Amino acid sequence: MSFNVNDFYLKLNIKDVLLSYKGNISSDVINKVLESIEKKLSTDSEDRKIRKKLYNVLVESLQNLYHHVEDLPLGTAEGVDDTKFGILVISKTENGYKITTGNFITSRKIKPLKDKIDKINSLTQDELKDMYKFILNHQKLTAKGGGGLGLVDIARKTGNKLEYSFQNVSDEYYFFNLDIYVS
Amino acid sequence: MESLFIEGTAKTPAVRFDGDQGLIEIKGRSIPENSIEFYKPLVDWLEKYTNTPKSQTKVNIQLEYFNTSSSKCILDVFKKLETIHKSNNEVAINWYYEEDDEDMLEAGEDYESIIRIPFKMIEIV
Repeated sequence: MSFNVNDFYLKLNIKDVLLSYKGNISSDVINKVLESIEKKLSTDSEDRKIRKKLYNVLVESLQNLYHHVEDLPLGTAEGVDDTKFGILVISKTENGYKITTGNFITSRKIKPLKDKIDKINSLTQDELKDMYKFILNHQKLTAKGGGGLGLVDIARKTGNKLEYSFQNVSDEYYFFNLDIYVS
Repeated sequence: MESLFIEGTAKTPAVRFDGDQGLIEIKGRSIPENSIEFYKPLVDWLEKYTNTPKSQTKVNIQLEYFNTSSSKCILDVFKKLETIHKSNNEVAINWYYEEDDEDMLEAGEDYESIIRIPFKMIEIV
């Protein structure tokens, strides 16, 4: 059976969900998500440290989506009407939170992205710190303001491995799913 | 020189650059999607200030959150301060972080190790 993003999204929305969104990823959507999650967290009894970590990591993951979401030709994926389509689900886990993001990418971008995540996952905390500082000091921002630091920062702040999958959608497009654990 | 004051918003920090007092302050949140637009006037102002800096410049950085897009622009701000420091003017940098916020403390240490001006790390309790 071929991959269907709506089925995928529904399955994510089963347990302990704090917030979920699917659709166009815009600056406005990011603002609303951040505002809403901040309100929810402030009424939670969760300690400030993990709340702050979650918020930080959420900002990076949303902005990663925003910077990397590609224009998806209409009709590429079943049931998707937005050209800048992405999904976001934040759920509670036993010892923290899980942030799931998903977006469509062209097949040629899979290898560099996979290599980058595998590299990040292979590094120790000290090595991540060095990598972060190196990129910070040597790489220029893109016109959209992306700096190639988002995933490194997320791995560093969470201390957990990044989990991901690529699902084939069409000849040219894949659905990239990233699971981030904040604990 | 003229001062630069910018009010803080939910996504951008409050800025107070006062050339006459030799005071540089950035406070609040810095999480815009594209930080270049916000930081350009700050870096331009500092570029001018490096020509006629006060013999003592006091810098207060007190951020609650900042994203990776801002982190590069903040480094640009520090690089201008490094220039002032290198021309034998005193630059005192206070890096504030909230109680138990180890990530923010570490972020300060990252900058300190790149620009080589000692930071004073101040925990807000």
